[in-house]
Amino acid sequence: MARITIDPMTRIEGHLRIDVEIEGGQVKDAWTTGTLFRGFEIILQGRDPRDAWHITQRICGVCPTSHGHTSSMSMDDAFKVRPPDNGRIIRNIIEGAQFVHSHILWFYHLNALDYVDVVSALKAQPKEASLKKVQAKLKSFVESGQLGPFANAYWGHPEYKLSPEVNLIAVAHYLEALEMQAKAAQVSALFGGRMPMTMTSPPGGVTHVPSVDDLKNYLFRVKELQAWIDNVFINDLLAIAPSYLYAAGVGKGHGNFLSWGVFEDASFDPKKRLLPRGAIFAADFPKVHDAVPGDVTEDTSHGWYKNSKPLNPAVGVTEPEYTGYDSNKKYTWAKAPRLQNKPMEVGALARMLVAYASGQPTAKKLIDDTLKAIGHPGQPQVLLGIVGRIAARTLECKMVADAMLQWGMDLIENIKKGNTAVYNDYTIPDKAQGIGLWEAPRGALGHWIDVDGKKIKNYQCVVPTTWNVCPRDDNGVRGPIEEALVGTKVANAEKPLEILRVVHSFDPCLACTVHVIHPESNRIMDFKVS
Amino acid sequence: MSKKDEVSKQFLEALEFRGINRRDFLKYCGATAALLGLSEGYGPKIAAALEKATTRQPVVWLNFASDSGCTEAFIKATYPSPAEVILDILSVDYNETIMAAAGKQAEELLEKSKKTGGYILIVEGGIPTKKGHGMIGNKEMLDVFKEMAGPAVAVLAIGSCATTGGVPAAKPNPSQIIGTSEALKKLGISKPLVNLDLCPVNPEYLVGVVVNYLLLGKIPELDQHGRPKMFYGQTIHDNCERRAHFDAGRFVEKFGSAEEGLGYCLYKMGCKGPMTWSACPKIQYNARTSWCIKAGGPCIGCAEPGWTDKFAGFYERLPGVTIPGIGGVEKGADSIGTVAAVATAAGIAIHAVATAASGRTKDKDEKDGGKK
Repeated sequence: MARITIDPMTRIEGHLRIDVEIEGGQVKDAWTTGTLFRGFEIILQGRDPRDAWHITQRICGVCPTSHGHTSSMSMDDAFKVRPPDNGRIIRNIIEGAQFVHSHILWFYHLNALDYVDVVSALKAQPKEASLKKVQAKLKSFVESGQLGPFANAYWGHPEYKLSPEVNLIAVAHYLEALEMQAKAAQVSALFGGRMPMTMTSPPGGVTHVPSVDDLKNYLFRVKELQAWIDNVFINDLLAIAPSYLYAAGVGKGHGNFLSWGVFEDASFDPKKRLLPRGAIFAADFPKVHDAVPGDVTEDTSHGWYKNSKPLNPAVGVTEPEYTGYDSNKKYTWAKAPRLQNKPMEVGALARMLVAYASGQPTAKKLIDDTLKAIGHPGQPQVLLGIVGRIAARTLECKMVADAMLQWGMDLIENIKKGNTAVYNDYTIPDKAQGIGLWEAPRGALGHWIDVDGKKIKNYQCVVPTTWNVCPRDDNGVRGPIEEALVGTKVANAEKPLEILRVVHSFDPCLACTVHVIHPESNRIMDFKVS
Repeated sequence: MSKKDEVSKQFLEALEFRGINRRDFLKYCGATAALLGLSEGYGPKIAAALEKATTRQPVVWLNFASDSGCTEAFIKATYPSPAEVILDILSVDYNETIMAAAGKQAEELLEKSKKTGGYILIVEGGIPTKKGHGMIGNKEMLDVFKEMAGPAVAVLAIGSCATTGGVPAAKPNPSQIIGTSEALKKLGISKPLVNLDLCPVNPEYLVGVVVNYLLLGKIPELDQHGRPKMFYGQTIHDNCERRAHFDAGRFVEKFGSAEEGLGYCLYKMGCKGPMTWSACPKIQYNARTSWCIKAGGPCIGCAEPGWTDKFAGFYERLPGVTIPGIGGVEKGADSIGTVAAVATAAGIAIHAVATAASGRTKDKDEKDGGKK
């Protein structure tokens, strides 16, 4: 049996180590390890609660807006203030632009190089002038000997299945997508001031009344993004997918999915969000279960913490104890969150499947059309795995971009009617507690705040990648990425491309994961929510 | 055709495949010249220097205790675009977020860079000094920094985490994170260092410093915090688009109010612009789409060393903004509107006070100019 360690795991956010045991060319067991933490909850204690939505954005530079919004929502809940309709819409818009940006970046710049052989593109015989130019550029780039970010990769690996022509198109779109993700971020900046780290979504709504100029800028930018997603992004998925459908079952995992839901409806009902709240267990479609925060527990048996029984984050106990790397005992800074004692996959696939099973009409049509196109009508089970995760992110990107145009029109309608309110004022109570449950592009995100004496007494986050990258629990049940890795065939242990594919399919973001505690103070996080 | 013309031709063809014609390129060079504080006449000189470059400047980009927000910010750069920076200007030989190689193959690349040397080391994130708190490839981050800082030609600390630790180093600094200059001092390494405070870094500042280095072969003139004067020479308040309203005493009292819509001053909402030194109002963010104050978000002071704690209580009014002649702290600013005649003088006074309060005066800046 051979053991492979991949450290650093690249083309993700943050610091991740992957260990796998390989027997007979197949992964027999796997362990995921978060190797950095920063201690955000400790830093937040004693501060002005209104600062939290700025500070928690710094948990993650890829999805800062999701943290900011979840934080402000936890305070909306604690301070009993609800944003006016325009505030709701503008938060959706800023969040939506971040989703579009994040999915484009993930597809082309983080994930695609596991499927697209950049060097093979040199062998293409393109007819189009624009592709000829890209190829000439690539040639001079390769011949310069300075390969920069493309150096020392697995080029030529037999698992790269695309023709040189498709590889070349993908390389051209890799470059184009760099511009498009920046354009999507400009939409966040239009209403948020800048991206990353938006500035305009404090508790109560948003700070800024959009001008006519803002709205005009917004509409034409969203239309440009929409057109690119429809004409380039979706087509790239369709061009690449057929060559990899044989791998559809790779990286299945447990089949448990959780979505807290994202993009607020006018009713503020989480089941009516564009991507609704719910949970699916053991790929048992179309049953959707209620997802409630009271069902969440965190297990510490394989993280560097003193053992305690699994507890709800609201009353969580965290006693850190670094004991070195030992994959038989403790091997990561991540705790193991569970819903109804089950490990849950979170992210675009979870959201789209929950939306599909809930009968959300747009998601249902997109997924039904996709299943028909790949010859599996009415069988969402085939989406479990690496190809399904790629498809789900692409489809969700389209769904969100389309919704953004509608939100813009809704906003204009409101303003036309003279409804320009974007913010409701509040006073900070002496004591208050609140929960924000939302989604980052990478999955389910929850913030819990406890205010005492108008200051933060305690703050707790349970974030997407902790769900996905977590270790085993006390019953020895693997975390979602670990489970998804088991059974993966690896052709060449020196170049474990297939493992990168499974890990990247979850779009891990480690900055989010390992930020919970202070290992020296052994401080107990005692947190209660009424 | 002279050799230079041939190089030019190749270079322009390379640009053209990305839809950039010569006019666009010169426009970019003009924008860069403006960014560097040079006259527009420098545009063609910058163009010539970039066209002549035959090898691309190697860069090693290390991520420590960060959230990758500065990598995210960098790939939002406009002039030039990230694709141009990566393919045409720099050779980004190590960056964990974008590099194709992983694990062993990534470690090999870092080893190779270390042996070859001559790279610009870009540092993102602060450096944890407590054992086990930050590891890459099973090594302590401080050790990785030590190994890689030695062979570098210069170090760029980008973003608040890299300069002074940033948010994760805020009290009580659970991982005992330090900034790059402190790490260099601790390790006894002497290197040219540029600090680009901001959370996240403004990508145009980063590109500006790199282009400055490629053109002139040296780092730009720095202030006493090691920040380029060309970007940190004036306060946000100095250049704020809402400044006239401050001078006239017109303030926003509530977010989303009619006054906000009219672009009134955000000082009373907690804006830290009077004490924050950065060219944000001029260079803005995301291809000059907007910036914090334009979008109605009061400045939180993230361009200042020691942010977050320096300005914690982001929505509290900036203390100590005294206006001589009107009397009182803070109240003075409220009174300006009623004393319109002194508005301009008061504005100037605020600047002087803010300058003194943040420990800097023009004289001091000039005296310390460029020295680190």
